[in-house]
Amino acid sequence: MKSLKKISGVALAVAAAVTGAVYAAGDAKHPKTVDWSFNGAVGSYDRASAQRGFQVFKSVCANCHALKYFKFRNLGDIGYPIEQVKAIAKEYTVSIPGEVDASGDQIERAALPKDGIPWAFDNEEQATAANGALPPDLSLITKARHDGSNYLYSVLTGYGETAPADKKVQAGKYYNPYFPGGVITMAPPLMDDLVEYADGTKATVDQMAKDVTMFLTYVGEPNMEQHKRRGLLVIGFLLIMVVLSYLSMKKIWAPVKRGEDVMPSADE
Amino acid sequence: MGAIQGPSFKTDNSVVKWIDDRLPIFSLVHGSLGPGYGAPRNLNYFWNFGSLAGLCLMIQLVTGIVLAMHYTPHVDMAFDSVERIMRDVNNGMLIRYMHANGASFFFIAVYIHVFRGLYYGSYKAPREILWMLGLVIMLLMMATAFMGYVLPWGQMSFWGASVITNLFSAIPGVGEQIVTLLWGGFSVDNPTLNRFFSLHYLLPFVITGVVVLHVWALHIPGSNNPVGVDVKTKADVIPFHPYYTIKDVFGIFVFLVFFALFLFYAPNAMGHPDNYIPANPMVTPASIVPEWYFLPFYAILRSVTFDVFFIPAKLGGVLAMFGAIIVLFFLPWLDSSKVRSMKYRPTSRMFFVLFLIDCVILTWVGAQKPDLLIVGSEDGFALRAVHLGQISTAYYFAYFLVIIPMLARREKTLPVPESIMASVTKK
Repeated sequence: MKSLKKISGVALAVAAAVTGAVYAAGDAKHPKTVDWSFNGAVGSYDRASAQRGFQVFKSVCANCHALKYFKFRNLGDIGYPIEQVKAIAKEYTVSIPGEVDASGDQIERAALPKDGIPWAFDNEEQATAANGALPPDLSLITKARHDGSNYLYSVLTGYGETAPADKKVQAGKYYNPYFPGGVITMAPPLMDDLVEYADGTKATVDQMAKDVTMFLTYVGEPNMEQHKRRGLLVIGFLLIMVVLSYLSMKKIWAPVKRGEDVMPSADE
Repeated sequence: MGAIQGPSFKTDNSVVKWIDDRLPIFSLVHGSLGPGYGAPRNLNYFWNFGSLAGLCLMIQLVTGIVLAMHYTPHVDMAFDSVERIMRDVNNGMLIRYMHANGASFFFIAVYIHVFRGLYYGSYKAPREILWMLGLVIMLLMMATAFMGYVLPWGQMSFWGASVITNLFSAIPGVGEQIVTLLWGGFSVDNPTLNRFFSLHYLLPFVITGVVVLHVWALHIPGSNNPVGVDVKTKADVIPFHPYYTIKDVFGIFVFLVFFALFLFYAPNAMGHPDNYIPANPMVTPASIVPEWYFLPFYAILRSVTFDVFFIPAKLGGVLAMFGAIIVLFFLPWLDSSKVRSMKYRPTSRMFFVLFLIDCVILTWVGAQKPDLLIVGSEDGFALRAVHLGQISTAYYFAYFLVIIPMLARREKTLPVPESIMASVTKK
């Protein structure tokens, strides 16, 4: 019994170490680690940063990347008042398949909070032809990469280093050690003062990379804050029940631990 | 032999009595989970994992049925519908993460349950059928989990499905036809997704049915116990209720704390990031890795890199992978030792520890690229992941086919206590 306990303890520890290392494979440089506000058991999205990030996304990223699962109404979650959400939506014109007028013609209309940012391209082929590679949809980018938020920030700030001699970087491609393979088709998307932040924050590359990562992490997992808060309550409740059920068990088991025969006799 | 029964069900409530006279459902519960069932008094916490597995099955059923209300099994809409669940369905994120992590925790509970059975000899007479029904449940779980992982239609869903279904083509003669039948066409596509969804919904109820048989078979001889000697007198047992009901409740809350830690704070830790990329038949992921609970079997599959006589390597790998579980069905007869618990089998215990380590190594190897260099250099001697996998696979089968049968005959076992009560009072 003792030995099996010890064995399983060791096995668990080894298993934990193994699974941690399992998916960390790849030939890219390990991402830089940022102390994000959304980390930890009570982490939340920094509203001001996420709003700035939205500004970066719509004026820079949106020129090539889609954001399929984002809707303007989501901006309410990161602190935009509803009037402003409507105003932002109205800047865009959308043409939703199936939305037709009385004579059956496709209509174009100003976007509403229920709509998303229309993609800059009609289809993937067009996007690929225009960019040399397909710019991926960014809705889930922070969940679809290992250590996604740090990865995104690292790629955005990972340009400018000189490629090692054995790394061949073709014309129209860029060296970026954080990108798998080290060679990326996306030109450096950020440069200082590329956007003028509404809140007056200085728009350095590092600041913009952090802000857009904050925004895209939110888009990837919009219900995270509620989920984590709920987790605290659930685990608190469970811990109380662990204690209560343990004390009940000790009390109920006392006669058995004393070695008494507590089994009632079968019917005669 | 057989479980010691307590008093039969009695009630003063005339309605309950009226029902019980016609359908003795109260008597059934009383005699199997209530005070009427006498369970060994010395069961340790490893005996909690049966009820924990049952809890996981219920979590999976409830969350799964709710998910099916919102999920769309179509290649163009499956991924979107899962994201809709995550974003816009009330509590959808909670339910989906419960289901995804619930699968992992189900396997954790079941694997510990199986290793417990191995260590304490719970597969031995008179519990052979109980053991085999448990293995049937495990096989059904694997099929269910595999098909469930395909449903979100991410990259790993698609490529995992392609790799695993393709294995059946190794079967001589009918392999190709079986693969076509699994796919519902000539590649993994919409018909595949549809039939996997249908079967993923069906199999849990089949599992529930086999669980009923498993529990039924358990109640004939009653539980095995850590010292492995049969129940002899009334003093060896205690009524299941309230003793093991409260112990199971305690175990459930402890288990749920660990479950909640993953569910709320690391919900994607046991998944692969690639499955958040929509399935794309034109782009193969850098490495195709199954879920962690399949990794040891995946390692065994990939260990057979050579033809054995007339058996080509691919078929050999498939046979080895399925053989790794099939061999467990023969365990009650491979191990003919009269002593059940390894507590009294010191040499067996040593090989059992090696077997545990072996399983951990296989899990690790399953997640690596086969040509990963572990020791040595590229041009000289090189020990690669595939070689480590081959060594571990050899030990896996040797453990069951050579070591256990030999130990059963040769091992000098320690004296076994007179009775359960004697083993308890001696301490």
